Amino acid sequence: MIIKQISVFLENRPGTLAEVLGVLGEHDINLRAMAVADTADFGILRLVVNEPDKVERVLKGANFAVKTTPVLAMKVTDHPGGLLAEIKKLTASGINIEYVYAFATATSDEARVVLKVDDLNKAEQVLRSEAPAASDVGDGPNFYW
Amino acid sequence: MFWNKPMETMGRGEMTNLQSLRLHDTVERIYRQVPYYRNKLQALGLLPEDIAGIEDVGKLPFITKQEMRDNYPYGLFAVPLTEIVRVHASSGTTGKPTVVGYTKRDIGIWSEVMARALTYAGASKHSCIQVAYGYGLFTGGLGVHYGAEMIGASVIPVSSGNTARQIMLMKDFGTTVLACTPSYALYIAETMREMGLEPGDLTLKAGIFGAEPWSERMRQEIEDRLAIKALDIYGLSEIIGPGVANECACQDGLHISEDHFFPEIINPLTGEALPDGEKGELVLTTITKEGMPMVRYRTRDLTVLNRSICDCGRTLARMGKVLGRTDDMLIIRGVNVFPSQVESVLLGLGETSPHYQLIVDREDNLDTLTVLVEVTEEMFSDEVRRLEKLEYKIKEALASVLQVTAKVRLVGPKYIERSEGKAKRVIDNRKI
Repeated sequence: MIIKQISVFLENRPGTLAEVLGVLGEHDINLRAMAVADTADFGILRLVVNEPDKVERVLKGANFAVKTTPVLAMKVTDHPGGLLAEIKKLTASGINIEYVYAFATATSDEARVVLKVDDLNKAEQVLRSEAPAASDVGDGPNFYW
Repeated sequence: MFWNKPMETMGRGEMTNLQSLRLHDTVERIYRQVPYYRNKLQALGLLPEDIAGIEDVGKLPFITKQEMRDNYPYGLFAVPLTEIVRVHASSGTTGKPTVVGYTKRDIGIWSEVMARALTYAGASKHSCIQVAYGYGLFTGGLGVHYGAEMIGASVIPVSSGNTARQIMLMKDFGTTVLACTPSYALYIAETMREMGLEPGDLTLKAGIFGAEPWSERMRQEIEDRLAIKALDIYGLSEIIGPGVANECACQDGLHISEDHFFPEIINPLTGEALPDGEKGELVLTTITKEGMPMVRYRTRDLTVLNRSICDCGRTLARMGKVLGRTDDMLIIRGVNVFPSQVESVLLGLGETSPHYQLIVDREDNLDTLTVLVEVTEEMFSDEVRRLEKLEYKIKEALASVLQVTAKVRLVGPKYIERSEGKAKRVIDNRKI
């Protein structure tokens, strides 16, 4: 399914990540997933949170450059080759993956993967039609998508 | 050593007469041939005959760099283009450079004053002069080149950059005089040390360094590290290029070639003339130039004038080392940079914020410019390559307008301190 990801620009200086997390903590935001892409000069923090609209608002209010991007979220079975099977479907459909990050949850036998792809809707269709069981994500109590 | 002893040692009275004749002639020419100047004089009710001699120079209006831009590109030329044999330009604040044109005779004047500069430094036809100033629209390289050819020296026109090769040539060709910016001279010294070379491995005797401000401390360092005599040279393309004023071996001020360029020091706020010895803005009038005469050009450089006779025997007035600027112009690796140029580049790209800051540092004796640019919502992306592409785009655009490479650092919104009054656009960490 398609979810909202929050990206935040991080300057290359000590403490910028802590500043973002501080703002989120103050507003009772829970993080579901995060990844940092870094270059020599700056970083981009990508977040999956419970209340994306609120997060965008409060971070902008705190003078961060913020962008909400639709990304693809999917569950994969937590065993060897689980992710590969899904990625192969996207590849077979000619979908290009721009970045991906994954996380596992303690209580589940499934891992969660966030993907940014060039053709979001097509990717979602591909995953839905070919493997509804694996990618049709429900609103589990521990999840924010 | 003198290059043109009669001019260099002319008595004050005789010099004043010469300047008077030449100023009157210049005013006649600009009144007749440059509508812009004529309008300026007419607005003040001035006719050429009102300027009988140099004592009347104060009646004439000033001209500024902005007016040069307003007349871009050829509006201030006093001869038809058929008589112009060379055009030079310095980078402009709004993307348009300021343009200067030379007649054949002007190139001769330039060669003459540069020949003086080199002779003051002890150069002669026996010298091997390495020109490590940039060649091109910038006047540094070609100016020194002409002077060096005029004195009959062997000229090595390496231009700037490629330091290791620069040093190899110096060593192999037996260079005796080096001409470049003072910061580049120090960088060369640094590189030599890294290459395991001692000053004794080279045959360098003197260096002519200019195009950027430098201190006595820096002179000491260059002289120690390269084991040479380091002399200052002053010039600006608006007037002719390098060679307007040059230091002699006494290293006590730069002799202005007064027979071609008439100097005044004014209070930059009121425009009033200041007596010799008082610090103020240098105003120069070209009194022989044909292509583009400049009458009372405000250089924005702060210095002092000294008309006493120098120990070297020259009577030419001396200006002190440039002590600063009256505007926000920065000189980075010899190139003029205005913060407003950066602003126009950023605004021109259409996706960046007008909040920026220039950080100037001197690393390994080379000036570095870092431009901080605030990331706005419009330009921010969750993809690294898009931001990197933007960074690259800003860098390329800056390089093409500034003529000097700048690092670009993206910073978060509101990172740059907001000011109530004039924004603090520049942080200059150089210790000159």
